Amino acid sequence: MEWKELQAELAKQNYIASNELVVAIQLALSLERPLLLEGSAGVGKTELARALSQTRSTKLIRLQCYEGLDASQSIYEWNYQRQLISIRAAADDGISREQIEKHVFSKDFLLERPLLMSITQKRSPVLLIDEIDRADEEFEAFLLEILSDYQVSIPELGTVSFVTKPIVVLTSNGTRDLSDALRRRCLYSYVEYPDRTTEFDILKVKQPGIDTKLAGQIIDFVQKLRKEDLEKTPGIAEMLDFSAALIGLGVNDLSHDPAILQSAMTTLLKTKLDQWNITKEVTQRLAGQAA
Amino acid sequence: MSRISKFAAQDSGPSARIIGFFSHLRSNDLKLGVSEVETALSILTQINANDPVEVRRSLKPLCVGNQDEARRFEDLFNSYWMDSGRVKQKIIPNDNINWNVKENSESATKTLEKEKNSSGSPTEPDETASLSDQTKEGELVAVKEASKMRKDLREFVSKADIDNALEVAIRIGKALRDKRSRRLVCAKKGEALDFRKTIRRSLSTGGDPFKLINKSKPDRAKRIVALCDVSGSMEIYSKIFLAFISALMRNDQNTDAYVFHTKLVRVTDALRDKNIGRSMEKLSLIANGFGGGSRIGYSIKKFSKTYARRFVNSRNVVMIFSDGYDSNNANDLVEALESLRKRGCKIIWLNPLKGWKEYAPVTASMAASLPYLDLFCPANTLKDLADLEGALDKL
Repeated sequence: MEWKELQAELAKQNYIASNELVVAIQLALSLERPLLLEGSAGVGKTELARALSQTRSTKLIRLQCYEGLDASQSIYEWNYQRQLISIRAAADDGISREQIEKHVFSKDFLLERPLLMSITQKRSPVLLIDEIDRADEEFEAFLLEILSDYQVSIPELGTVSFVTKPIVVLTSNGTRDLSDALRRRCLYSYVEYPDRTTEFDILKVKQPGIDTKLAGQIIDFVQKLRKEDLEKTPGIAEMLDFSAALIGLGVNDLSHDPAILQSAMTTLLKTKLDQWNITKEVTQRLAGQAA
Repeated sequence: MSRISKFAAQDSGPSARIIGFFSHLRSNDLKLGVSEVETALSILTQINANDPVEVRRSLKPLCVGNQDEARRFEDLFNSYWMDSGRVKQKIIPNDNINWNVKENSESATKTLEKEKNSSGSPTEPDETASLSDQTKEGELVAVKEASKMRKDLREFVSKADIDNALEVAIRIGKALRDKRSRRLVCAKKGEALDFRKTIRRSLSTGGDPFKLINKSKPDRAKRIVALCDVSGSMEIYSKIFLAFISALMRNDQNTDAYVFHTKLVRVTDALRDKNIGRSMEKLSLIANGFGGGSRIGYSIKKFSKTYARRFVNSRNVVMIFSDGYDSNNANDLVEALESLRKRGCKIIWLNPLKGWKEYAPVTASMAASLPYLDLFCPANTLKDLADLEGALDKL
């Protein structure tokens, strides 16, 4: 598939991607390599994995990383309760020890966690490893083995090799430097805030009924706001909330009613200091420029 | 590329040119191995290799590994394949310095020549280009100029300095890092039994707790973020501090380092280099403006607004090495320290002047920042730094 086709496919799933990003995805698909997406919060990294799984109509398997994430939560765990019940039941039936052992350490008693689940699917799924920078460095290390060989070794069962290779998407907000070893195994793309045209398209796709003039004003306004000195820069989701709020409030021109506009700002400004700094006057200045 | 290289006669086709491109990238500090070259060649067979835009877009995800590299890639690509030939400026190593120079200078000159040859490929095949023309390409004119303009930090901080500082750095690093949490988490060895997990585990053995699981206090390592003032007023002290920071970095690769004068520069990657000569060489290149004016408030504010948002949290100790002589007023500094405090980190200010008799922190910046500091200590020799150990332990 050409990257332009992929771009169109993604657009059908309401995901507007820049050319550079689509080429990176296309390469990741054709080379069967994991794709590492880095960028600020709210630029659509996680959303991409969802859209990608929809274009290929496969399952999206998501692993949300956090500090202290370990193998039993990410790869597999034995179902102890079921094993125990089974052992008790088998003992009453007079089944031999060896048979019981063989039985309780079979696949029926294995709880597959996202990483194992992703390599045992019949149709290759999209595996989203979200916010990898939140996980510990140790986790990163055992991820390396899975990402290069797509296999998991379980002591009681042996090595489980992949049925199909998953399409792996890793995202990172850059809260810490990832190891070079991990970066080397992945293709990399830095996702920036979208430019005016892309963001306009996103808004039109997500809010089909929106007035073109208002949409243009919203995009100009948000893009200008991002250049202000903010603690938390509003992402795409915030922009969409903002537009939904404006539509809900019956606004069709940003410069129309300062009070209403200011009240809608709660969807864009998420810290006390930002709300303090972006006063009515600043909002009006930005709205004036956008109008 | 549809255009033919001037050196077409010298290489054996597109693959050699791609290899040249990758060595160009490597010499510009992109971390690329042999397998990447193979992958790049296979990518080129899948796309229209005659279209520079497409080639650039396709090679970028493969070659870059972080935001900084992603931003530089465009320039590096253009400088190799397009007309805008750029030569990466490097300082010629000084023969008077006796460590690692030989291998280093050779490699530096080699890469330079390679870069010179490889960057800025001409657009048309140049059949008339004689050999003498080509050898001219390798002259290092621009580089000599650059070495005069910049301060060579390799003379400034020597290997011996860093070796001396290493011992202190290890002790300080230990005092800061080995903070133990009060919470108990499950561990193989530990001071107490983890009853919940032991009972849970006993289920698999029919309720008999064969395997006992313990609890212990986890290591909650503190990471150091060092900000070193390298302005003119700090020149005589920054030698010690830079050596100290390099040593900290050698001791713990998670340390993050910045230098500032009138602007702020992240030097973590430069200092991570195991080869001290090369590391200082990189540092001199990126920390251009060394020994100039100082804008402490501006720099710390910049730090708190950019890097700190990503790298600083409650598990960090921010160390500021500065004399507090700021050319601007203290408002920026106060604002910056306040926002750093909010991130939950500890802030230590090491001031070389505090070691003086009758020193009082009366400069506007210093006085204003005192309420935000967890520790304010003198530090103008290595011994002073070593003496910090006790104070840091209590932090």
